Amino acid sequence: MRYPELDAILADINRIILGKERPVRLSLACILARGHLLIEDLPGVGKTTLAHVLARVLGLDFHRIQFTSDMLPADILGVSIFDRGSGSFHFHPGPIFTQVVLADEINRATPKAQSALLEAMEERQVTAEGETRPLPEPFFVIATQNPTHQIGTFPLPESQLDRFLLKIQLGYPDAAAERELLAGTDRQQMVARLGPRIAPQRLVELQTQVRAVHASPALIEYVQALAAHTRNAPRWQTGLSPRACLALLAVARAWALLDGRDHVLPEDVQAVLPGVIAHRLRPADDTAHTDIDAVAGALIEAVPLP
Amino acid sequence: MARASRPISRRQTWWLLASAIAAAAPLAQQVPLWLALAGASAFGWRALLTWQHWRLPPRWLQVLLVIAGTVGVFLQYRTILGRTPGIALLLVFLALKLLELRAARDAVVTALLCYFLVLGQFLFTQTIPTAMLAGLTVLITTAALLAASDDRPHPRQQLRRAALLLAQALPFMLLLFVLFPRVQGPLWGIPQDRFSAVSGLSDSMSPGSIAQLSQSDAIAFRVQFKGEVPPQSQLYWRGPVMPAFDGRSWRVAQTMGAYPEVPYAGAGTPVEYEVTLEPHGKHWLFALEMPASLPPESALTSDYQPVARQPVRNRTRYTQRAWPEALAGIDETPGSLRAALSLPKDGNPRTRAVGAAWRAEHGEDGAAILAAAQNLFNRQLLIYTLNPPLLGADMVDEFLFDSKRGFCEHFAAAFVFALRSAGVPARVVAGYQGGEINPVDGYLEVRQYDAHAWTEAWIAGRGWVRIDPTAISAPSRINNNLAAAVPANEGLPLLARSDMAWLKELRYRLDAVTNGWNQWVLGYNPQRQRDLLASLGLKEPDWRSMTAILSVLCGVIMLGLAGWILRNRLHVDPVLAAWRKFTARLARRGMVWQPWEGPLDFAERAAAADPAHGEGIREIAALYAGLRYGPAPQAADLIRFKNRIAAFRP
Repeated sequence: MRYPELDAILADINRIILGKERPVRLSLACILARGHLLIEDLPGVGKTTLAHVLARVLGLDFHRIQFTSDMLPADILGVSIFDRGSGSFHFHPGPIFTQVVLADEINRATPKAQSALLEAMEERQVTAEGETRPLPEPFFVIATQNPTHQIGTFPLPESQLDRFLLKIQLGYPDAAAERELLAGTDRQQMVARLGPRIAPQRLVELQTQVRAVHASPALIEYVQALAAHTRNAPRWQTGLSPRACLALLAVARAWALLDGRDHVLPEDVQAVLPGVIAHRLRPADDTAHTDIDAVAGALIEAVPLP
Repeated sequence: MARASRPISRRQTWWLLASAIAAAAPLAQQVPLWLALAGASAFGWRALLTWQHWRLPPRWLQVLLVIAGTVGVFLQYRTILGRTPGIALLLVFLALKLLELRAARDAVVTALLCYFLVLGQFLFTQTIPTAMLAGLTVLITTAALLAASDDRPHPRQQLRRAALLLAQALPFMLLLFVLFPRVQGPLWGIPQDRFSAVSGLSDSMSPGSIAQLSQSDAIAFRVQFKGEVPPQSQLYWRGPVMPAFDGRSWRVAQTMGAYPEVPYAGAGTPVEYEVTLEPHGKHWLFALEMPASLPPESALTSDYQPVARQPVRNRTRYTQRAWPEALAGIDETPGSLRAALSLPKDGNPRTRAVGAAWRAEHGEDGAAILAAAQNLFNRQLLIYTLNPPLLGADMVDEFLFDSKRGFCEHFAAAFVFALRSAGVPARVVAGYQGGEINPVDGYLEVRQYDAHAWTEAWIAGRGWVRIDPTAISAPSRINNNLAAAVPANEGLPLLARSDMAWLKELRYRLDAVTNGWNQWVLGYNPQRQRDLLASLGLKEPDWRSMTAILSVLCGVIMLGLAGWILRNRLHVDPVLAAWRKFTARLARRGMVWQPWEGPLDFAERAAAADPAHGEGIREIAALYAGLRYGPAPQAADLIRFKNRIAAFRP
């Protein structure tokens, strides 16, 4: 059973973000799996555009928060301001009260500001001044960060990284895509012209369907075997945690749904593996510039299907 | 060859280093200190090279080191043949081989060298700890060998695989051990340079020599009685008989005739028993008085002591019979009697005077003189002690009339001296008295501290009569044990003491285990093998039937192991089995399914390689994916899947 609306969404995005079918598909899978997305890449490769386009085609509200080193939690969550007229404090919601949040350059903010966002992501609610306010549904955070070796960054600790379901890279476009980009119309205008392809209600429905995608015992055994290998092999400092295994299964389910299947195949697991392990597995010989696709490929080839 | 010349990874090097250290460390004490230190520094050097990613030493230096090591071993031993020089040379080679680990081939050579050195340990000791250590080393070496072909698994996994391999080999080992035709002799017997320093009775006795033995709790021999155990006071284990006295010490006779068989008639109920004698480097075999049969390869001396033709250098087991009431030597030769009467020219005047008085009173009546001598010993209130005072030139006089304190050798020497001075032939008999039943396995353990000396007197018409003068003054030594007889404050080995029950209990168990090991592993000789097989219903098997049984049982174990391995395969569900058939068929056409590859990915790859059958391949793969990973697979799908595969003829 195909989902034509999903195909249409992908087609729309791919018209604007050129030559990035795989990351685009992964980011949609991430939304469908109710996770949050971390994009680590250089400035100017289309991170913001991707977030913007996703919000447009899904018909969701969109806010962008530019993280800076002098940012405070209140700048994200909102503040209460004394209203002279009514004689009481009135809460002004911060930019986080929206459906799609683009947290730009998250690693430039101080850990305090970072954790305000990350807690909201995890709880899907904001507690400010003793009052708990739920965030809108669906709620999706796309955080971008510059590669950590750049100056003036506060790298996210591993425990915080784990809150992102996927970490992807966009990378430079290939020559043909870039030529088309340079020759084509302005991307901003194209985004402005985009209309929603799906009702927010339908998106929540699809998210529920993702959870119902079947993972057979053989497949779960495969996920276990992958995790066991990372735990035993000396190549990695620490293996995949049970939470990481859950994340792997969740994204693989969404990936299968995007393919129109009601069950997960090993191919799905293998396709999403790089994004799931990129920020969770650290190689034992800590060489900063390991190609995550190569690492995931080696892991896949080391574990036979059960 | 490509495999053999593949370079060695760091991880493999660590494995080999661990294996080499495990194999070499137990042998370090057997080789000279310089060699042990040189070996250790070679290992350390190798570890440093690996750790720091440094390059191996150049070829010329390696050659130089090999030459230096070989010359060093040669200069040390003046030969490179034999047990210790051979092991030393192998250690040199092992240490230097590690310094030229380059390719997988070197790893295999190193591992084999380690295995060989494990065997080398058994040339020195064969105790249970040695065997356990060797087992551990074999495990590490096997893991290193596994790592040499695939170093990716975690060390714990590698060890588990090695343990599994060894566990599979274990039944074969046991089978071969039990059934392989045995050769006479100990499992690891090396004739030379063993037992240079073993304690035990010597062929002479002077004051203090047996008291010294009483400080050792080493096992002298173990005895298993076929029937009831005779009372403690009857357990006289006859050892060297010492008729010659030079005024200070007693010695065995210089020349001894030998009887090929027992020269006296049997009397009383025979006692059957089996002795497992620890090696002591002398000829004599210990036998309960009076020996009624002779072990093979032995003879009886003219003073009724069984001796082996070869010195007892290996643990020896023999069965024997004893006649407790036999009368031996009724028609003793005049030469022997003369030897049993000779005394030094002078010394000990007081004892001589007492003897002369007995002679004057009783004349030729040996029995009466004997009674008089026993009476004298009784009257003198002699004290049995481990710490007798030092005695001067007239030691018998001083012991009997002045100090009155002595150990069994003083008693025996004085008694024989007194009898001889009264004209009664007498001699000292050394050996062991008593022993202790180990309640765990029922063996009687005779230890060095059971060493004892007693006397024999020749009485006309009765032959040689045993008198134990110690028993007159300290009957508890004979009826119980050493601890009961000596004063409480005298130092005794821990095991000889009667307190410390828990320690004794522990030692009993340990001894029983050691004894089982000695009896059934080290002492598993052709006789044992025949007995065991006979008890299993194989009477007198020849080597042909043994080989047949061996092959049959090996086959059975092989089948069992194969079945165990196949069991998992048989569990495979039909979907997987059909898929394997399908992929095997494609593999023959050059499209090999990688075990990690998802079915749809594989189908795409195969279809690209063979577009003509692309559709069929895709359909089968999709069916398989649905059956294996889909929810609630349908029986109809399975049938379709199988039919498609059956029909698939690329």
